[in-house]
Amino acid sequence: MKVFFRFFKLYPKESILSPLFKLLEACFDLLVPLVVAAIIDKGIGGDDRGFIIRMTLVLVLLAVVGLSCALCAQYFAAKAAVGTASKLRRELFAHMQSFTYAQTDTIGTSTMITRITSDVNQLQSGINMTLRLFLRSPIIVLGAMVMAFTIHTKSALIFAAAIPLLSLVVFGVMLGGIPLFKKVQARLDRVTGVTRENLAGVRVIRAFCQEEEEIAAFAKVNREQTSLQNKAGILSSLMNPLTYVIVNLAVILLIKQGGYQVYDGEITQGELVALVNYMGQILVELVKLASTIFLVTKAVACGNRIGAVLDMPAGTEIFPSDKSADTGAAVTFENVTLTYHKGSHPSLSGIDFSVAPGQTVGIIGGTGSGKTSLVNLIPRFYDATEGRVTVNGRDVCSYDPAELRAHIGVVPQKAELFRGTIRTNLCWGKANATDEELWRALELAQAADFVRKKEGGLDAPVDQKGRNFSGGQKQRLTIARALVGEPEILILDDSASALDFVTDAHLRTALKSLPHTPTTFIISQRTSSIRHADLIAVLEDGHVVGLGKHEELLNTCDTYREIHMSQFKGGEEA
Amino acid sequence: MKKAKSTATVSSLATLKKVLRYLSHYRILFALSLLLCAASVALSLYLPVLTGEAIDLIVAPGKVNFEALTPLLWRGVIIIGITALCQWLMAICNNRITFGVVRRLRQDAFESIQRLPLSFLDKHPVGGLVSRVISDADQFTDGLLMGFSQLFTGVLTIAGTLGFMLSLNLWLTLWVVLITPLSLFVASFIAKNTHHMFIKQTETRGEQTALIDEMLGSHKTVVAFSHEDEALSAFDEINGRLETVSRKATFFSSLTNPSTRFVNNLVYAGVALIGALMSLAMGNVTLSVGQLSCFLTYANQYTKPFNEISGVITELQLSMTCAARLFELVEAEPEPEEPTDAVTLPADAVTGEVTLSDVHFSYSPDKELIRNLNLKLDKGQRVAIVGPTGCGKTTVINLLMRFYDVDGGSISVSGTDIRKLTRHSLRGAYGMVLQDTWLSAGTVKENIAFGRPEATEDEIIAAAKAAHADSFIRRLPDGYDTVLGENGGTLSQGQKQLLCIARLFLSLPPMLILDEATSSIDTRTELKIQNAFATLMKGRTSFIVAHRLSTIKEADVILVMKDGRIIEQGDHKTLLKSGGFYAEMYRSQFEDCV
Repeated sequence: MKVFFRFFKLYPKESILSPLFKLLEACFDLLVPLVVAAIIDKGIGGDDRGFIIRMTLVLVLLAVVGLSCALCAQYFAAKAAVGTASKLRRELFAHMQSFTYAQTDTIGTSTMITRITSDVNQLQSGINMTLRLFLRSPIIVLGAMVMAFTIHTKSALIFAAAIPLLSLVVFGVMLGGIPLFKKVQARLDRVTGVTRENLAGVRVIRAFCQEEEEIAAFAKVNREQTSLQNKAGILSSLMNPLTYVIVNLAVILLIKQGGYQVYDGEITQGELVALVNYMGQILVELVKLASTIFLVTKAVACGNRIGAVLDMPAGTEIFPSDKSADTGAAVTFENVTLTYHKGSHPSLSGIDFSVAPGQTVGIIGGTGSGKTSLVNLIPRFYDATEGRVTVNGRDVCSYDPAELRAHIGVVPQKAELFRGTIRTNLCWGKANATDEELWRALELAQAADFVRKKEGGLDAPVDQKGRNFSGGQKQRLTIARALVGEPEILILDDSASALDFVTDAHLRTALKSLPHTPTTFIISQRTSSIRHADLIAVLEDGHVVGLGKHEELLNTCDTYREIHMSQFKGGEEA
Repeated sequence: MKKAKSTATVSSLATLKKVLRYLSHYRILFALSLLLCAASVALSLYLPVLTGEAIDLIVAPGKVNFEALTPLLWRGVIIIGITALCQWLMAICNNRITFGVVRRLRQDAFESIQRLPLSFLDKHPVGGLVSRVISDADQFTDGLLMGFSQLFTGVLTIAGTLGFMLSLNLWLTLWVVLITPLSLFVASFIAKNTHHMFIKQTETRGEQTALIDEMLGSHKTVVAFSHEDEALSAFDEINGRLETVSRKATFFSSLTNPSTRFVNNLVYAGVALIGALMSLAMGNVTLSVGQLSCFLTYANQYTKPFNEISGVITELQLSMTCAARLFELVEAEPEPEEPTDAVTLPADAVTGEVTLSDVHFSYSPDKELIRNLNLKLDKGQRVAIVGPTGCGKTTVINLLMRFYDVDGGSISVSGTDIRKLTRHSLRGAYGMVLQDTWLSAGTVKENIAFGRPEATEDEIIAAAKAAHADSFIRRLPDGYDTVLGENGGTLSQGQKQLLCIARLFLSLPPMLILDEATSSIDTRTELKIQNAFATLMKGRTSFIVAHRLSTIKEADVILVMKDGRIIEQGDHKTLLKSGGFYAEMYRSQFEDCV
């Protein structure tokens, strides 16, 4: 709910005017039965032709005024709803962009995308509907009752009894239906899951000749879902018949009572007709109300989810630097521990080493040993839980993140490109890079050849996620992107994994020949990619179990030797 | 333009016919639903007549006919009860029909997926197919249900009201019938004019979603390059456009209700005027006050279904396009039927001889992939397939398993052309482990026993032990009964691979197809996997997509592939001597150790 108010404040005028005009429209609608009653009693009863015509004109006038009010209400509702959604989307986008890696990990990308797209859209139509319909129906229902009281108090008591009963039915059916529909949804998710799984595993399923079994399994969840749907349907389809019964029994009661009252001269025939009409209006509005309530509860749920994301603190805090003595090292890890979730096993512990400018550092270890975690600390993608990391002698936490990251070129494990052209992608590394600089980076990254072959060269289009490039090409382009800015520190996170051996070898040679010799961190699974590094850190379970050059480690580090042997046993025999 | 429209009508007619075929399973329910619908509409239309008659009995002080009033009201109560019951039963019938139709349609789509050739499935992304089976089917349900519950009722209400009105008064009916089309005209005018705004809104929204998808999907990269501000300004630009177009679309489309309501109000006012004047002019001959009140109710009821029906028709059109997409899947050409004389490859008599002679194959006719591939393997021989990433190594696997059929030449197993074998017996003769491991959502045990659901617990454990998977399985929270999430859940890539291998140890097929794991697994786990592979390969004809030198060197034949073609073929020594692509690849990897 907080979200609603946060953004309603942006459109206070519209948020008030829209329901106000709806209220006016409803009032004019409520006057209609009174006018008809007057026509019957005074016009027909009093044999007054002029009165009938005048009253008809009043009816037309009411319709015109009602229409204009409605148009105003719709306009303000649309403006407020769309405007709110638009501002909300922007705030969400900006907010999510400032999330740290740790937050992105916890929330998950797909959740973030759902929040900003479908949740905001549902909220938008929810706000729109609330302003347009949700307020109109209760006004009409209550208004009809008030009008009934002005006609005849005793008859109005029937209204006073029918309305709570109707609300009970409407809300009862809805609330009772919610858990059932949740179950239906959960079962549908299973159906989706089975379908997706089967499509993903179609080769394996056919290889094991399990088609018939899978069909049977699908039939089971499918049938379960249908029977749940039917069950939920029995309850929810009670709503219309029940409201119909209540409203019409109330009408019968009105007429029965009305008989005595007209007999006693308490009310006129026309007034009785008006009472019956008011009851009829209630039925129409209730049906509308029920369908909007559903939409509104959904929108409230979406709003709450959005609110939860917006309430998450975002942005990276910058701590003032405690000037430490400049040791001349490019990067140091000082007794660093990293724990992703409080209370869980640390992903890195006791990391303590320093790297001189221009050195190449190889990082090797099994999956989950903490290689990526280690290098992610340098551009401050994560904060060390204990200890500290320095770049050029300064604690990374004392830098403005953008300034820190400008020193560092990162080639992430997953090669990601963005829609645009090769040029726009490469310019991420340096906004105003010249053609010459771009080609140099491409040459280094072994990407110049295929880029040259592309139609348009640097301006060749790149599809979303770089789908029009092969894995190896994408990887080489991301390497080029990191090199364009001529970073002081270069991080290659298993960047050669999608490259074949030949390209990988060429790439390594080219990196060695760089004129401005960046301090380079290479993560790899293959000892062949890092054996010439100035320093190799062997990681196991978050600890550095070996630190040194290739030959030293072969003698001193069991883990390193094992890794090396597993890859080179065959080769050395040759 | 006109032509396109007419073909669209034809195809949607064809779709409708197919939908009707599914509906025919529910003939009885369908008839019942129609009957209930007619009954409830007729009764609910009769009620205002009763009310009107009752009001006519209550004229003025002292002038109330109580003897006639009471039975009339009781009749009303009974009618209300029956109407409500009919409505409820009808809703239940409609639910059963629609949910049933959708269930059948989904089931058929799923079964079709199991029989479709891989060439179809490979061409359609998983997400798209899933959304057909799930969202399209859902959308179709909504439309069908709405069609049933509102279209029927709507049409019947219009017809019924018209009848009742005519029975009451001709002139008033004429007025209502003449003015009502105005409301339809207004509604369709608005719909027509807002249509392009909605298209624009959808387009802009799509554009924005693409940007969001990209920038949030790759958030880490965006952060790494401090690209947030650029992303935000691109976002703002689209967001501004979206706001304008959406505001227009929302506002103009929301004009429908007030406008049609306005027309209804005019109808209402007209009925009041004409009715009142008539009952004045002709005294009590033509129209009583009760009849006027009844007529006013009808005037309201008559116009409402018109407004609803236009909404229902758009919904139905949408649901027909969804149904068409589903039918496309259901009716897609399945894998070619097996010849009636197809031979079942006896599982225990497969010797493991595989011959490929003059094999030609390509995925698309304009780009030839495999040409003149000849290969003869004896029992227990090993073939290593090597080459750079994306060179088409999996194509060979596709052909061996008959996921795709060769374009020319033939492949035979134990001397029989595989096209003459039943698919099941051919595929059952191979054991396959792909690099892209696939596990189903279920327990570890169920996954290992995937190919042989009847296996005993001891057999399963023995298979796991042979695959070096037993120790990690025992460390899982519930051991062999641990439930794995979709595609293996939290297991590491290496663990998943070990489970896939365990699956093979249970069925122990005579021939193997292995895709070696590469970068996603650390080399020590890989060593375990290699050991498992080695045990498995003993005495079995094996095809291995190889990344490791030891596998390659020990292979009897090495196929070197590049750009989808086999460019070199031979054993390690021969290939090295010939100094071709293989030799270069070999040297670049192992330059330092030779």
